[in-house]
Amino acid sequence: AGTPMGWYSQGSALGGVNPDLASERQTPSFSVEKLTALLDGGEENTRIRRAVVEAIESDPVFSRENQYFQSQNEKYEAAVRKAVHLQKKMHEMGWTENGPEFKYIYRALSGEVAFLLHTVFMRSISVLGSDKQITKWIPLATQYQLIGSYAQTELGHGTYLQGLETTAVFDIATQEFILNTPKISAMKWWPGDMGRSATHAVVFAQLDIQGKCYGVHPFIVQIRSLWDHSLCPGITAGDIGPKMNFDHIDNGYLMLQNVRVPRENMLSKFCEVQPDGTYVRRGSQQINYFTMTALRVALISHEAVIPLMKACTIAIRYSVVRRQSKLKPGEEEAKILDFQTQQEKLLPHVAAAYAFHFINNYLEDLFNRGYEEIQRENFDMLPELHAFSSGFKAMVTQYCASAVEACLRACGGHGYSLLSGLPSLCTRILASCIYEGENTILFLQTARFLIKCFMAASAGHPVPPSVTYLAAVKPGKCPAKNKFDFLSPDTYTEAYQHAAVRLISSTAAKLQDLIQSGVKKHDAWNECTVQLVQAVKAHCHYITVKNFAETVERLETKGGIQRIMKHLCDLFALHGIFSNAGVFLHDGYISGAQMDMVTASYLDLLAVIRKDAVPLVDAFDFTDKTLNSALGSYDGQVYQRLYEWAQKSPTNTQMNPAYERYLKPLLHKKLSKL
Amino acid sequence: MMNADLRRERAAATFQPELLTHILDGGADRTRRRKELEALVINDPDFQHEDLNFLSRSQRYEQAIRKSSLMVMKLREYGIADPEEIYWFKSFVHRGRPEPLDLHLGMFLPTLLTQATPEQQDRFFMPAWNLEIIGTYAQTEMGHGTHLRGLETTATYDPATQEFILNSPTVTSIKWWPGGLGKTSNHAIVLAQLYTQGQCKGLHAFIVPIRQLGTHEPLPGITVGDIGPKFGYDEMDNGYLKMDNFRIPRENMLMKYAQVEPDGTYVKPLSDKLTYGTMVFIRSLIVGDSARSLSRACTIAIRYSAVRHQSELKPGEPEPQILDYQTQQYKLFPLLATAYAFHFVGAYIKDTYRRISGDINEGDLSELPELHALTAGLKAFTSWAANAGIEECRMACGGHGYSRCSGIPDIYVTFTPSCTYEGENTVMMLQTARFLVKSYTQVSSGQRVTGMVSYLNDLSRQRIQPQHVAARTVTVRLNDPVSLVEAYKARAAWFVEAAAKNLEAELHRRSKEDAWNKTSVDLVQASEAHCHYVIVKLFTAKLAEISNAAVRAVLTELCLLYALYGISKNTGDFLQAGILTDAQITQVKQRVKELLAVIRPNAVALVDSFDFHDIHLGSVLGRYDGNVYENMFEWAKKSPLNKTEVHESFHKHLKPMQAKL
Repeated sequence: AGTPMGWYSQGSALGGVNPDLASERQTPSFSVEKLTALLDGGEENTRIRRAVVEAIESDPVFSRENQYFQSQNEKYEAAVRKAVHLQKKMHEMGWTENGPEFKYIYRALSGEVAFLLHTVFMRSISVLGSDKQITKWIPLATQYQLIGSYAQTELGHGTYLQGLETTAVFDIATQEFILNTPKISAMKWWPGDMGRSATHAVVFAQLDIQGKCYGVHPFIVQIRSLWDHSLCPGITAGDIGPKMNFDHIDNGYLMLQNVRVPRENMLSKFCEVQPDGTYVRRGSQQINYFTMTALRVALISHEAVIPLMKACTIAIRYSVVRRQSKLKPGEEEAKILDFQTQQEKLLPHVAAAYAFHFINNYLEDLFNRGYEEIQRENFDMLPELHAFSSGFKAMVTQYCASAVEACLRACGGHGYSLLSGLPSLCTRILASCIYEGENTILFLQTARFLIKCFMAASAGHPVPPSVTYLAAVKPGKCPAKNKFDFLSPDTYTEAYQHAAVRLISSTAAKLQDLIQSGVKKHDAWNECTVQLVQAVKAHCHYITVKNFAETVERLETKGGIQRIMKHLCDLFALHGIFSNAGVFLHDGYISGAQMDMVTASYLDLLAVIRKDAVPLVDAFDFTDKTLNSALGSYDGQVYQRLYEWAQKSPTNTQMNPAYERYLKPLLHKKLSKL
Repeated sequence: MMNADLRRERAAATFQPELLTHILDGGADRTRRRKELEALVINDPDFQHEDLNFLSRSQRYEQAIRKSSLMVMKLREYGIADPEEIYWFKSFVHRGRPEPLDLHLGMFLPTLLTQATPEQQDRFFMPAWNLEIIGTYAQTEMGHGTHLRGLETTATYDPATQEFILNSPTVTSIKWWPGGLGKTSNHAIVLAQLYTQGQCKGLHAFIVPIRQLGTHEPLPGITVGDIGPKFGYDEMDNGYLKMDNFRIPRENMLMKYAQVEPDGTYVKPLSDKLTYGTMVFIRSLIVGDSARSLSRACTIAIRYSAVRHQSELKPGEPEPQILDYQTQQYKLFPLLATAYAFHFVGAYIKDTYRRISGDINEGDLSELPELHALTAGLKAFTSWAANAGIEECRMACGGHGYSRCSGIPDIYVTFTPSCTYEGENTVMMLQTARFLVKSYTQVSSGQRVTGMVSYLNDLSRQRIQPQHVAARTVTVRLNDPVSLVEAYKARAAWFVEAAAKNLEAELHRRSKEDAWNKTSVDLVQASEAHCHYVIVKLFTAKLAEISNAAVRAVLTELCLLYALYGISKNTGDFLQAGILTDAQITQVKQRVKELLAVIRPNAVALVDSFDFHDIHLGSVLGRYDGNVYENMFEWAKKSPLNKTEVHESFHKHLKPMQAKL
């Protein structure tokens, strides 16, 4: 499409593309446009996505220009303004929540918009509410007659739901629930949109009927007046204060003192309290899990993979613009990407971004299939789906969080400037390791599934397709004879499979030994948890490598796409072996001499992929406005942009109050007056 | 009132934390003095202020300047002059955070002392001491960092007027990052390429006035400002400086060593090794900083893990302290052990530096190259590990770790630039590698080497073997730190030899520089293995110096954990080098988990020993009394978003929208 400058760049007057970056784009080994289409799932999607991004970025209300200079209050206000404006925009553009454009809106806004919890509020009513409740609340919420939040987590309680302490006591006389926060650790803490915006919240509380506790249930509670936004009687609510990121979201606290809600406000699709206080349970609650699993899968792409792609784009582009030291005496200073150590820091993360993109596609397919089954009232796939979503959410967010940080550090001092865009990517992605389930706990949930399947497989029982490999335990050695053998997907996929089986089976054996020797089941489990986490990581790593290799197999050979993806797949796989050598050497599956071959092939690949590094990140197709980075823009005018942006900082545009008050007396030796 | 969980933890400790504090401080009298200084600051109403988390960048800068001004005055009033005591006082005043006068006190004044002529000292030192002159040290440029020779700023000598003409010829040459440059300083020591008589003489330092005394306005020819917001360092006005034909008198070049005579003749300095000294000193400070920052994060995470209850270990029982989960112990205790290890490494470098700098003053530079090589690697090793460790601690605190009230986000963003400043870590590792390869080459040619690399001498005896030195059958005793030091030593030797041989092989195929680059991943690994060995060795050596049996016992457990955990995280190395067998690796992993249980009862006492005052710790989660939840609520109420009950955006945006829909 001619020169892509118009699409990518904010078209500044900085003077064309930096020649150091332009030269990187001269001879890509593949078609960048084709790779972008592959990532989007087809050219048509690419077209739609670009149209959405274009529409949003050309609208000044959505501008992120001042992002790095704003206070918490200003960021919150901007997020509310954008959320309100978005309603108008969608109407104007004819975008609907079920249309093909919808999923690109969040990406185009980089997630910096309010009322995300409002969506969760609505979703939880749709899933947990009775038809009557849905008819009453959903239209109000859709019209923004009220703004909702979702209040589950408490000050003293997080991932473990049964531990929540908020109470809802049923009062038969008035047909109401009385909600209370009995002590400080029971205060709701963290829910987004709750600190300042929400008028209502779905509050999770322990249901108490005539002195008997029935466990945690959801209640719709009004917390602010619909007229003047003041807090309702019995409600104490506010903002929980500054965080590492998410300044634009008013994460809130909520304390309830004898707050009464009518009986009809308990979400009652699955459980109901009848007027006489009888508790009735109906239907399967398993569908509940499905909402949680779906949320986890959805966040992998938006909150982990896309941020990693952005960080890679910034770091790789900067690494070909930045010159530092000399590789050879007499020559000019070298691009830092020509240093082997820099390639080793960055290129495996580019490969990982692709690997995780493909595993995310795989998960989405799996979920769509699962969803169809569930529609048909078949819940067989649920345990596997749950295990998949937990394990991959944990593995991908953890990997991406450290990879984004590695990109930040690979940019030296300038990476530390907010203007690089990297610190905000970094602090934001860190939260993804905790929300929607703390990662260690999620790993252990997957571990439970794997151990169960391993036991079943060993006993000859059938297991879900993704874990049938556990049954085929074959001891043996890696057959590789030279470094080229390690470029065969079969060779490394088998190595990963072997490692996963070994770690799962040895931990299962240890668990059994402990139990047989009389250790209580729960203690035995706790004693094995460190190894279990390791085993789950190996399992997820194996599936990711296998899926990458299978994806490459299916790609069309045209346009050089398959060849470059094969290189990345090899790099991703060998990087994993190189950095976890002990796991593969442990039982001699890979020998010391073979490990040297792995290293040799791995280092060779760095030099090969180096040539395509910039086209590979260009294919992610981020606009400059999306990246919002002085280091990573398409034209590579890094230093000019850094200087221009710094001058816009309030520290330069406003007067320096510290000078008059402190520096002047200091310099003029009137210290005693301070 | 103290939280009951923490009270129980403290009662169950097997040793007295004060005794361990004395060891960390270097003696009971040092601890006493430190606490005296701490009390001076903490009880002084002048040093109190609102929680920094609620202030804007401008307000933070203003608070820092206010406190720094008072600090300088009070240091003199109290007669505090010992460098270590000044460091303590400063870190209490600023609670471990940077401040705008850091470069004035830490670089500008010392550089004047070491590099200025007596005449220049007369002119600049006293005004600077009295803060009429506030200076900074402007080295890094926008396009150039660790590689000093690449700097582009020029200082051209004009014999007609006897002046230097300073210029920033390109955008990339703009000075960028120096602390205190943006808004605070009126002078800077500027590093620039010296041109005289048409020739470039390399980098030299110049004293450059940048703002008008009196009005504080930038001087004509000077463009100066703040570089904008960063990840952390809010109170620091890191700045930019652009010079256009800015003239300074000839006498403003720092001329204790190199000189430019009035006619433009250049006189060379005697030795350039001397500049190593300052670098070694600052890098040794970073090692100590790694230890302290990681200790603070561990204190917060471990205390909070003793207070926080979550889920159930056994059905029917109350929710346990999260510190009772093996996975939580596995996250935190190795970091605790690491914090102790780094403390002892930091103390060792400081002592060695002090000893060697005595020699340097007498003209003996022989030990400097090794110390320089060692501190480069250790700076990188410890700052990488502490950086990752702080982040681990934050995540170990779950959701609340992400709130600024936990204090860990602040520790992290303040600490993380140490991985890139004062020498980017990978470059530092390669400097150490250069020394290791050089030592290896010396040994290969029959010479002996001394100091920390002396293990390379043993390699020549293994030369008959065709492969790597692997398979030297060390009998490793997993309960004996001394034996583990041997295992780490064997690993380091194996890596150094492997890297050196790969380098040699590459040298047959390509130029020296390409070969070095093609081997650099291996070389970094060799340096890491060397540093890891040095750390285990120094930790182990420390154990022998401890007289109290209870303290020695608990430190021995930590030392074992540090060493064994390191093996378990790098099993591939030990297996491939044939130092340990599969069976031993399995034992190592088992032993690590046993040690977690052994250390568990002393965990809180071990962080208490770091002896951080609550005000210094700056964390609601890490409070000494453990009253976490009440104080989180109190803290949140002060948030700027809560200043009004109804936020203005309700009237501006929400209300109109609701009316329209």
